Amino acid sequence: MAQILVVAEHDNQTLAKATLHAVTAAQALGDVTLLVAGSGAGSVAEAAAAVGGVAKVVHVDDALYENAVAEDLAALVVAMADGYEGFVAGSSSFGKNVMPRIAALLDIAQISDIVEVLDAKRFKRFIYAGNALATVETRDPKVVLTVRTTAFPAAPAEGGSASVETIQALAPTDLAKFVGRDVSESERPDLTSARVVVSGGRGMGSGENFAILEALADQLGAAVGASRAAVDAGFVPNEYQVGQTGKIVAPELYIAVGISGAIQHLAGMKDSKVIVAINKDEEAPIFQVADYGLVGDLFQLVPELTEAVKRP
Amino acid sequence: MKLLVPIKRVVDYNVRVRVKADGSGVDTSNVKMSMNPFDEIAVEEAIRLKEKGTASEIVAVSIGEAKAQETLRTAMAMGADRSIHVATSAATDTELQPLEVAKLLKAVVERENPDLVLMGKQAIDDDSNQTAQMLAALLGWPQGTFASKIEPSEGGLNVTREVDAGLETVALKLPAIVSVDLRLNEPRYASLPNIMKAKKKPIDQLTPEELGVDTAPRLTYVKVEEPPKREAGIRVDDVPTLVEKLKSEAGVM
Ligand SMILES: Cc1cc2nc3c(=O)[nH]c(=O)nc-3n(C[C@H](O)[C@H](O)[C@H](O)COP(=O)(O)OP(=O)(O)OC[C@H]3O[C@@H](n4cnc5c(N)ncnc54)[C@H](O)[C@@H]3O)c2cc1C
Repeated sequence: MAQILVVAEHDNQTLAKATLHAVTAAQALGDVTLLVAGSGAGSVAEAAAAVGGVAKVVHVDDALYENAVAEDLAALVVAMADGYEGFVAGSSSFGKNVMPRIAALLDIAQISDIVEVLDAKRFKRFIYAGNALATVETRDPKVVLTVRTTAFPAAPAEGGSASVETIQALAPTDLAKFVGRDVSESERPDLTSARVVVSGGRGMGSGENFAILEALADQLGAAVGASRAAVDAGFVPNEYQVGQTGKIVAPELYIAVGISGAIQHLAGMKDSKVIVAINKDEEAPIFQVADYGLVGDLFQLVPELTEAVKRP
Repeated sequence: MKLLVPIKRVVDYNVRVRVKADGSGVDTSNVKMSMNPFDEIAVEEAIRLKEKGTASEIVAVSIGEAKAQETLRTAMAMGADRSIHVATSAATDTELQPLEVAKLLKAVVERENPDLVLMGKQAIDDDSNQTAQMLAALLGWPQGTFASKIEPSEGGLNVTREVDAGLETVALKLPAIVSVDLRLNEPRYASLPNIMKAKKKPIDQLTPEELGVDTAPRLTYVKVEEPPKREAGIRVDDVPTLVEKLKSEAGVM
């Protein structure tokens, strides 16, 4: 059996959902070891050991790995690379940042954002903003992959009982230092794993107007997303962006409000199970992918919808 | 500070690309080509650093067929000082791949000795999002990916990165690689006089052989197909009908 190393994403407290999806993809290739490199991240290592289908956890506890600085994390993975044939992470900003660095150090061509594992050497991925689906075959002896989380189910968070091995940190590379982060706290579900997503575009007109989407989202237990235009205009922060260069989402229900449906936006949401579009322009391309289209003014229709779905 | 800005010529983001009937790739003949939008942002940032007096020289580099020189002219019309064209006939969306591009760029970096390489976070054709990180790895340099703000600091750079949870700032030692994201700046248009001036700026030509890099692809694009198409649904007249359909037909409420 091939040995596959999944690089776990976490905040030293919780294992990221993206990692559970990456584990499922990795299981199609071999026995999965989860690497938890962090600082005071014992609870993450425990959670990792409980993930169904994980054979082993390697835990490194050192301040050096507190913030997943790519230079040091990549060096660590490369130092332990000999025993593994595959290196996998979720295609989140974490995976996108660190995996290509690992791949280059190992002289392996990475395959980004895979949506299907055909066999040990062949994978499917989208190119051209989702306009083409490519089957890619590697000639390299090992693989480095990032995994589109919406394309693979999450491995069960419970049920596993992997052994945990502790290893030593490496010396710092001293190339980069973490300075700080600016994270907006939200009570809402995470955009990439929410069952319902309500997204707003330029048609929202302002950040204040997003309040009417939030009211709808609250009724539906939904996450709030946005188009690039809405983020660029400063209506909402960057982490709301859905699309080719933002987040990829595939909820059961995606409600696009005041979004025209540019191909770059569709690339991030067209695998949603049901799509609803609210737009005053009946020619808007979003209607070509929407299951249910409602033509009209969002400032009237969204509050009406919120009222209509209010729980008794 | 000397800056190197790698740029890629890609199918324009407004073009609706077509998959070739024989499944061999995407039809790139007779479609509008442009500078990869993220690379435009990298060029713009380089020019701003020069305007602020932080940077002294901007060298643009592109790898690709002869027409990549047109894209280099655009970069020079925006404000790059000179260019390097690494000529290859390989299709840059599928046959010339990020690891090999990173190796070519490493060889260029070793000739040019820039303090900072500013590049796009992703090319909108292969959507790999790898080259900057790989170049940083091969050079043993720090990387600041998905940058929305770049601030020179004592002995280095502070780079604010767009990450899934929000923003994150890292301090990098120089020399470094920075990959840029959409909100770093809004690229300028080249003025007519600058377009004329750019025609006289030099483009050095190199080949992968001269740079000593094997560019044979490790990945084979076995097949490129049309993605499953999503059928358009129906129009509903009003909110009550929508809610009714979501409940009874779609079962998502
Ligand atoms: C390199 C690159 C990467 C990109 N990546 C992304 C990405 O990841 N995600 C993304 O979303 N975009 C991305 N884009 C941008 C994309 O091309 C579009 O510009 C963007 O998606 C448009 O956003 P929008 O639909 O909100 O705005 P618009 O296209 O301006 O559409 C606004 C819509 O709102 C409607 N509207 C206005 N007022 C009302 C009202 N009162 N009631 C109802 N409807 C109303 C209008 O009819 C219109 O259809 C990218 C572009 C490039 C070049």
